[in-house]
Amino acid sequence: MEVQSPQFKEKARKAMADEQLQRAMGKAKVGFVSKRRKAVDALPEFDELRSSARAIKDHTLEHLDLYLEAYERKVIASGGRVHWAETAEDARQAVLSICRAAGARTVTKGKSMITEEIALNDFLEKEGVRPVETDLGEYIIQLRGEHPSHIIGPALHLNKEQVEEDFRRVHTELPPERDLSQPESLLGEARNILRPQYFQADVGITGANFLVAETGTSIIVTNEGNGDLTQTLPRIHIVVASIEKVVPTLEDASQILRVLARSATGQDMSVYTTLSTGPRRPDDPDGPDEYHVILLDNGRSSMLGTEFHEMLRCIRCGACMNHCPVYHAVGGHAYGWVYPGPMGSVLTPSLVGVDKAGHLPNASTFCGRCESVCPMQIPLPRMMRNWREREFERGLNPAAQRFGLGFWAFFARRPKLYRLATSMAIPTLSGFAGRRGWFRSLPFAGGWTRHRDLPAPESRTFMQQWRDREAGKSERSAV
Amino acid sequence: MSAREAILGKLRSAASVSASDHARREAVEKRLAKPPRGLIPARGQLEGEARIALFCSMAEAVTATVERVGSADDVPKAVTHYLRSRNLAPSVRMGDDKRLKRMDWASQKSLEVKHGRAEPQDEVGVSHALAGIAESGTLALPSGKDNPTTVNFVPDHHVIVVDAKDIAGDLETVISRVRRKYGRGEMPRVLNLITGPSRSGDIEQTMLLGAHGPRALHIIVVDG
Repeated sequence: MEVQSPQFKEKARKAMADEQLQRAMGKAKVGFVSKRRKAVDALPEFDELRSSARAIKDHTLEHLDLYLEAYERKVIASGGRVHWAETAEDARQAVLSICRAAGARTVTKGKSMITEEIALNDFLEKEGVRPVETDLGEYIIQLRGEHPSHIIGPALHLNKEQVEEDFRRVHTELPPERDLSQPESLLGEARNILRPQYFQADVGITGANFLVAETGTSIIVTNEGNGDLTQTLPRIHIVVASIEKVVPTLEDASQILRVLARSATGQDMSVYTTLSTGPRRPDDPDGPDEYHVILLDNGRSSMLGTEFHEMLRCIRCGACMNHCPVYHAVGGHAYGWVYPGPMGSVLTPSLVGVDKAGHLPNASTFCGRCESVCPMQIPLPRMMRNWREREFERGLNPAAQRFGLGFWAFFARRPKLYRLATSMAIPTLSGFAGRRGWFRSLPFAGGWTRHRDLPAPESRTFMQQWRDREAGKSERSAV
Repeated sequence: MSAREAILGKLRSAASVSASDHARREAVEKRLAKPPRGLIPARGQLEGEARIALFCSMAEAVTATVERVGSADDVPKAVTHYLRSRNLAPSVRMGDDKRLKRMDWASQKSLEVKHGRAEPQDEVGVSHALAGIAESGTLALPSGKDNPTTVNFVPDHHVIVVDAKDIAGDLETVISRVRRKYGRGEMPRVLNLITGPSRSGDIEQTMLLGAHGPRALHIIVVDG
């Protein structure tokens, strides 16, 4: 997918004026938050489990090369094949060559953000292989030619009337007078349309929530069951997963599973947690004849050992965006690439470059809700600040902003001058604001005051007030 | 240099170690040989009837229906009753599981029992679980000819039989059981952990049952 993050500001402005989107986001921001709260409150050990999950990933990342080697050995021993891919293009080619060798014409897909990252669908279509998304949300946005706006709820930005319109436009073989006014009828129609596709497809592609080094197992976590039909019915199952998905043992996966669904949808467990190891066995009546894993790096190895190392703990639950006021306001598409919200604001600059994605870490109020709900305790605000620093070091932010910061830094490095300047400026500003206590407009601050008032400062500086307070204290203690 | 070598090389240099780093290898081998059990929540750590009752209530909370029968002999009758109560045709699909085969299905007149993998026209699948998990109301089903994976996903209705004595408190206990059954480091081709019937919240976050997998999950707990 083409990186559109440089247009964040325009996209955000449009999103905030988009009534359909605002209606959809209004529902989204209450649902996820209250469901998660309920599930977390019902498990007293939740915070301890977060620390345990974090420790598992930290240990794994320290030994990532060794666990990947162990994982690969077990996949091969169970009859599967492992394809290493350094870049998105390598991964796409690996998928294509498997499809070509099988003479595949139709590919069903379970929900997978990693195949969004490598833009697999567009590529396969160009090469004459038809990809069919089977997750309900993914299916809807595929019909619309859109990309997911949320990592676990791809069609979160849509209302049911929009889905009805799309179904009527595309499913022309069905009677036009049918009732599609309820979500149930939309779901039923998608189920009926997609069912035969699973049986016709030559290849099924899924992502993975975990890869288990101990056993060579890939794990997917879903609610619909589409991932299972996708990987059970076709002759070939391809798992596309990035290298940081590996965990050492089945017990380690279990620990992280306890925080994953609760953080994502507020469920104790998702409906289907499926552990897959290799292709069909001699006495198996079903399952794929071939099992392939594509292990993708695509920039992750370069994050290891840097200030963005901890981002590799992310398990893609979506809790950070579910709790983000900026995401709630603009939706996922404004972020301009695959991963939206706070996790996207950290990951996107790592994967596509801060020169293209610099707006994203700047679009944060640093309220800290994302970090407080992250099941893997990833310091997202700190890492967004790190990106802002890198952006500044490389001179990527606008001249006015750089000048303003330079101006402030000049005074901040000279405390006496700073105090003198503020002791003159503060009463002046306070005086201009008058009794109202805020500004409707202010020279050089139009960017702020166009949308909201600026509170006027107190008539005395913080330092002056502090001095008085301390003086008061010592007088009292002297008495 | 292959992609494999390139990726592993980058990971090693980021961890700033040589490939022969002994301590790191030892740490990995130790963890893989003796997996730490981690933190197990207190919720499922119950004995006997309390554990079974928790399993049932957790499964019902995720909109499965649960019934308890006194012995394995009662299962065919319970299945027939389920079909009738839902107005379903008297036909079920199941694998070769010995526990299911020992049951007297012939006693249910006019009930058709088809064996083998599920086909698109099958309406009801019957499976026997390896284990239940009380903590979350989950059932564990390994793949194979006894309980083919397609039976879990293709039919509209899924009936899962589980022995009360096989209901564990937590997933870790089931993992240990799988390890004993299949061998250390070995797994069945698929292990399905199923918690309630299929659902989707993709349209306006309204949770709806029956997305792509079974619309209904009926659990029969065999006490005897």
